[in-house]
Amino acid sequence: MLLALFSLLILLFSSVLALCLRRDPSRSQDAGAYGAAAASAAGLIPAVRVLLTGVTETVSFPWQVPLGSLTFTLDPLAAFFLIPLYLLTGLSAVYGVDYLKSYSGKKPLGLAWAAFNLLTAAMVLVFTAGNAVLFMVGWELMAAASFLLVLFEHEKQQVRRAAFIYLAACGTGALLLLAAFSLLGAHSATLDFSSFPPPGRAAATAVFLLALCGFGLKAGFIPLHVWLPEAHPAAPSQVSAVMSGIMIKTGIYGLIRVLGFIRPWEDWWGWALLLLGAVSCLLGALFALAQHELKRVLAYSSIENIGIILMALGLGMVGAASGAYTLAGLAFAGALLHVLNHALFKGLLFMGAGAVLHAAGTAELEALGGLAKRLPRTAPLFLAGSAAACALPPFNGFAGEFLIYLGAFRSLNSPGSAALAGVLSGLALASAGALAAAAFARAGGVAFLGEPRTERAAGAHEAGGLMLFSMRALALLCLLAGLAGPLLLVPLAPAVAAGFGFPFASAAAEAAAVPLLYVSIGGLLLLALAALAAAKRRACLAGKVPAEGPTWDCGYAAPSPRMQYGASSFSQPLTDFFQPVLRKLGQYPVIPEYFPGRASFSAEAQAVFYNAVYMPAAARLRDIAYRFSWIQHGRLQLYIMYIVVTLLGLLLWKL
Amino acid sequence: MEVIKPVSQYLAVLLLSPLLPGVINRVKAMFAGRRGRPLAQLYFDLYRLFRKTPVYSRTTTWVFKAGPVVGLGALLAALAVLPFAGRPALLAFEGDFIFLIYLLGLARFAAVLAALDTGSAFEGMGASREMQFAVFAEPAFFLGFAALAHITGQGSLSGMFGSLTGDLWRTAAPVLALLTASFFIVLLAENSRVPADDPDTHLELTMIHEAMVLDHSGPELAFILFGAALKLWLFGSLIACMVLPRHGGLGAFNTALFILVLFGVAAAVGVTESITARLRLTKVPYMLITAFTFSALALIFQMGR
Repeated sequence: MLLALFSLLILLFSSVLALCLRRDPSRSQDAGAYGAAAASAAGLIPAVRVLLTGVTETVSFPWQVPLGSLTFTLDPLAAFFLIPLYLLTGLSAVYGVDYLKSYSGKKPLGLAWAAFNLLTAAMVLVFTAGNAVLFMVGWELMAAASFLLVLFEHEKQQVRRAAFIYLAACGTGALLLLAAFSLLGAHSATLDFSSFPPPGRAAATAVFLLALCGFGLKAGFIPLHVWLPEAHPAAPSQVSAVMSGIMIKTGIYGLIRVLGFIRPWEDWWGWALLLLGAVSCLLGALFALAQHELKRVLAYSSIENIGIILMALGLGMVGAASGAYTLAGLAFAGALLHVLNHALFKGLLFMGAGAVLHAAGTAELEALGGLAKRLPRTAPLFLAGSAAACALPPFNGFAGEFLIYLGAFRSLNSPGSAALAGVLSGLALASAGALAAAAFARAGGVAFLGEPRTERAAGAHEAGGLMLFSMRALALLCLLAGLAGPLLLVPLAPAVAAGFGFPFASAAAEAAAVPLLYVSIGGLLLLALAALAAAKRRACLAGKVPAEGPTWDCGYAAPSPRMQYGASSFSQPLTDFFQPVLRKLGQYPVIPEYFPGRASFSAEAQAVFYNAVYMPAAARLRDIAYRFSWIQHGRLQLYIMYIVVTLLGLLLWKL
Repeated sequence: MEVIKPVSQYLAVLLLSPLLPGVINRVKAMFAGRRGRPLAQLYFDLYRLFRKTPVYSRTTTWVFKAGPVVGLGALLAALAVLPFAGRPALLAFEGDFIFLIYLLGLARFAAVLAALDTGSAFEGMGASREMQFAVFAEPAFFLGFAALAHITGQGSLSGMFGSLTGDLWRTAAPVLALLTASFFIVLLAENSRVPADDPDTHLELTMIHEAMVLDHSGPELAFILFGAALKLWLFGSLIACMVLPRHGGLGAFNTALFILVLFGVAAAVGVTESITARLRLTKVPYMLITAFTFSALALIFQMGR
């Protein structure tokens, strides 16, 4: 525990140091990156120890803040979230050294590193806080630091807009959470997590709804996702990796914690999570398929994965309600495992997208192509990450989804609504998986394969050594986690026990051990058979010199890069089919003559929820607010008077 | 002894599967009034292709060469969980059919990336369509397995097909019939047969799978052809296991019957190809949605039973 606090101090110290050294970009880079890496190394130790021993560690210091206390609790659930946090922030910091080099002198790198380490520290605080006030401090610090990082390229109008939407989402979420914690601690002397009394039924439902919306705004499931596809692509890539990989998981973590405070669960809560998750994973994958910018594809894929996690939580809750411990345990374990897996592969993918952005100056899919020749080391890593994101064996994405599938199938023979929940979630998982495979084949294929579509893509260069190091490390972790099989249960079982209860953990560990062992055997078999096929190919080619030529285009002699299938043409059959949901804008060429001359085509993916729901709602809210604008006049004396009057009112009410 | 049997079954599948495309071609030739290619044509083709020197496009990278290798590896691994004539497979574990579905997904992913690597408009077109159909086929396939898991109460493919007895066909015939129909439609789409695709043309704009492999040659093309035969065996034997209930007969007789039924499935594919026209491309999703509906109905009937 003390090491975790030590890592917190390293982060805060290096954050201040980076800010102090801001006049010297390279030294402030060093301060920030070394600080983050050292903090990761220090923080991983207690997290691993707690997961192995299963013992909760608590440290408490006095704090003058009313209702607050400096209570830090490191239980296996928090430790399970800390592991991807430390892994990803440490590797992202290493990656950032190379990635941010090109901004040296143009951008305040000291500030960026200070914000990055502050963001990491805030997330550590969120995961280890044992008191609601401390938790909220961490939560708001996290929002502020990530807001600064999103604004990194603030000269772009789109970035400013993204940051503003993000800020609004963060603020709203925090307000809802304040209300939730106030309700929870209404009858308690402090706001320590351990001191929350079990709330009444009505209060529990209110807390559930507030927490679902408040944490949902951070987790970014549909329909609370609107900030996510704007903010993640706007931030620098190593920050996108951290935001997508672990920051949105703080929402999941918070939800699990609050669910622990408001037992027993109502039956419909599980269904609410399950349906929201199913919608998120389906629509997230579908929207990812329609995007034209690599980092936006990845952002929507994060929505899909958060949906999978949420759906698994919901499935587990439905199972728990009907007493099916095995089903519930498997689903909970799958949800947590997917948290870890998604952090690894999404971190890798955002770093790969960053390498593309770094190399070609753009991440617009239609402007890329042929990068596998220009970034020969990044390409396999990105494609491996894509395979992991599509849950293809032998990578790690499969293991987590496999546990959820197992839970879903266990539900089939259990009584009541659990069977329906299992079928629905399995079906959503299968459909979203197929859509995600299409989205990632499209993104990886169009960006890295074929011929470059523009000069910029043709002139791209390989990523720097530190960037490659981070990506390689993550890719290796993806493969190892995919082959680890039952070893995954070692950290999972205590985390499930700490988050949901011991019976779920033991049931899940018992049910999953053998299938997971076979999954890793299967993965190894797959690798062996592919190696065998490769050896056979090599044997066939021994002594032969393969001929080279242009791509066979059915007799056409002069194929050009412009004739390739592009991103929009690749997804057109699917996006057309789902047009009622996607509502993409587009212009198809009309050909009125026999020998058409020029023709143009455009397709644009829309932010459907933002345009159809949030914009009208915001406009109405603005109209209402406008009527009360006389309250906000800018005279400070009167503002102070408002505060005095409020305080007086509260005092009178208390008397 | 326990290991030898599944391994020998596995090797038998590798040896026998190239016969299936031969059966389909023979049936089609009969319908067209031709004599047709020899039954063992694919063996000759594979032998020839393995000795050929490939031609690579200058656009391609290692992805193009890795595609067929990964694809064949995935199919070979998928066969390891496939039961043979109702007997347990090499690997049998709870949820192995999910492993199988995702291995097929891996093979498809590899093929699509290899196709995109050529930069050819035709191959891009094929890749795009392959992915589109998978989006509709996978849920149908998944629901089918869910119904099968429910009806047999088993969690692995070997368990499911091992406990699919004649009694089940007597008591739950509608469910099993619907599942067979659904799997047959998925077979047609996944193995690029008429009416979803046409394996004989690769110069028309309706092409899908054949277009994706236009640039492959030599050993890589052999891998792809062999993989296609294995995939046909895989889907065909799912159907054969379904329509051929288990009974306590002689082992050798069972095996012979199973292979006969499997050839029958191939013949049914040939008949379907001969008597139906290829669907318009935009209609193929609806065909797969039909399969999905069959699977869903089967599951509903089964859960209400």
